[in-house]
Amino acid sequence: MSDLNELYQETILDHNKNPRNFREIEDADGTADGNNPLCGDALRVYVGLEGDTVKDVAFKGSGCAISKASASMMTQVVKGKSKEEAEMLFNEFHSMVTGGLDVESEENHLGKLKIFAGVLEFPARVKCASLSWHTLHAALHGEEVVSTE
Amino acid sequence: MSGWDVEKIRKDFPVLSRDVNGKPLVYLDNAASSQVPQSVIDRTSKYLAEEHSNIHRGVHYLSQHATTAYEAAREKVKRFINAPDVKECIFVRGCTEGINLIAHSYGRKFIGEGDEIMVSQMEHHSNIIPWQMVAEERGAKIRMIPIDQHGQLVIDEYENMLNERTKMVAVAHVSNSLGSVNPIKEMVATAHKFGVPVCVDAAQSVPHFPVDVQDLDADFFVFSGHKMFAPTGSGIVYGKREWLDQMPPYQTGGGMIRTVSFEKTTFAPIPEKFEAGTPAIAAGIGLGAAIDYLNAIDFEAGAKYEHDLLEYATGRLSDIPGVTIVGTAAEKASVLSFTIEGIHPHDIGTILDQDGIAVRAGHHCAQPVMKFFEVPATARASFAFYNTREEVDKLADSVQKVIEVFA
Repeated sequence: MSDLNELYQETILDHNKNPRNFREIEDADGTADGNNPLCGDALRVYVGLEGDTVKDVAFKGSGCAISKASASMMTQVVKGKSKEEAEMLFNEFHSMVTGGLDVESEENHLGKLKIFAGVLEFPARVKCASLSWHTLHAALHGEEVVSTE
Repeated sequence: MSGWDVEKIRKDFPVLSRDVNGKPLVYLDNAASSQVPQSVIDRTSKYLAEEHSNIHRGVHYLSQHATTAYEAAREKVKRFINAPDVKECIFVRGCTEGINLIAHSYGRKFIGEGDEIMVSQMEHHSNIIPWQMVAEERGAKIRMIPIDQHGQLVIDEYENMLNERTKMVAVAHVSNSLGSVNPIKEMVATAHKFGVPVCVDAAQSVPHFPVDVQDLDADFFVFSGHKMFAPTGSGIVYGKREWLDQMPPYQTGGGMIRTVSFEKTTFAPIPEKFEAGTPAIAAGIGLGAAIDYLNAIDFEAGAKYEHDLLEYATGRLSDIPGVTIVGTAAEKASVLSFTIEGIHPHDIGTILDQDGIAVRAGHHCAQPVMKFFEVPATARASFAFYNTREEVDKLADSVQKVIEVFA
């Protein structure tokens, strides 16, 4: 059960129930749709930019607890960061959940996002955690649709 | 349960005694793939260890021996589904390949501009997409037989939709996402009034109750070995000779010809016409062994036991507040799809897995069904005759736990 507790922590359950920045952004500078066809997770990420800064970021959609909590926490962390910083966080997050970055021993900037390191133990759920990040990456790069297939 | 010794049956399936995540495995994903009894494992291993050779080719001992074993498996299939003629039983790699074979071969010959293909709303994607591809190629139209809120086909609609342009009815015997058992015999009789053949996706029926293609009068009847206790890689297309004889080959190559020259090739008769290339011989022989197994146990008693188990499970889960059963047809087999209010099926599946319980979470390759019931996905427990009431109790306890975790 320790693995399970590691995955479904209070924080994740809380963000699932009350997702932050769960809204649309009118006149967003970038939007992208993320789909995970395997489980039917579908979300849209909105980005509002001011120069090179992510001034606002939000999401809408439906998905499992992991994907919703990940999206919710992503919006909190990325807001106010530069595009470059957001991109770095995307890379670090991706490395963490695919086993390329040991967040305990290697330097990183993930902070509270480290909570998602636990999904490494659940290979079927890695895509749930990373869907919002891939979608943000696409929104920042002017791509419209991503799929985690 | 009188007449069915489930503990004895469980001993026939080695995987059922293993642990998963530190808990005894509770395998409730039989609709995805069933487990394999020791006798089938032994027969397949024996073939690979002692009998393997290519079939229908050699004059040497092993080749003849392998051919005999493979053809004996075909004969077992014939008896298992009560086909009139063993030649009407074509080996394929699985149900998906079988439906593709029928759709493309039949379609090329019999479907034209403006024709209609009727496909039900509850079909697995593999009984939708092959027909869509053919419809696109031939300029034909797909028409959907609707379902009602219980997940039953609306038979009146079906009867009204049939017309002189209808060239095929493609329908599941048992729905993989809802468990509904469709009234195939009646549907076939109605279609035949219009001279329309029926292609039955039997992937989810053959493992759960005895079938008889002559009684159903089905024109095509397709299923996979790996959902009926055989290894992956085997499947069967049964087709009436009157259709199969007229249909062109699906794949071409070795083993399916009469003569070949660069001017003209003539094809072998059925079933070889549809069996190009070296087949999955071990899997085919394994399918024969699985049928031997079903013949050796009392399959009818097993089917009844399994049906009682499904009803028990339906009752247990229905009693849990927040749980909704998706698919409440009057006639059901094996499948119990459900949702829990506010909790995504993937989270359900992950938490159940921690208790050693294997269920499927997702859209079950039936997105039109998910759309109809307005859910992104469901969790699906699917039973076989080796599952027990204790396992159902564990499922119910674990579902309760899911609700507590998310409370």
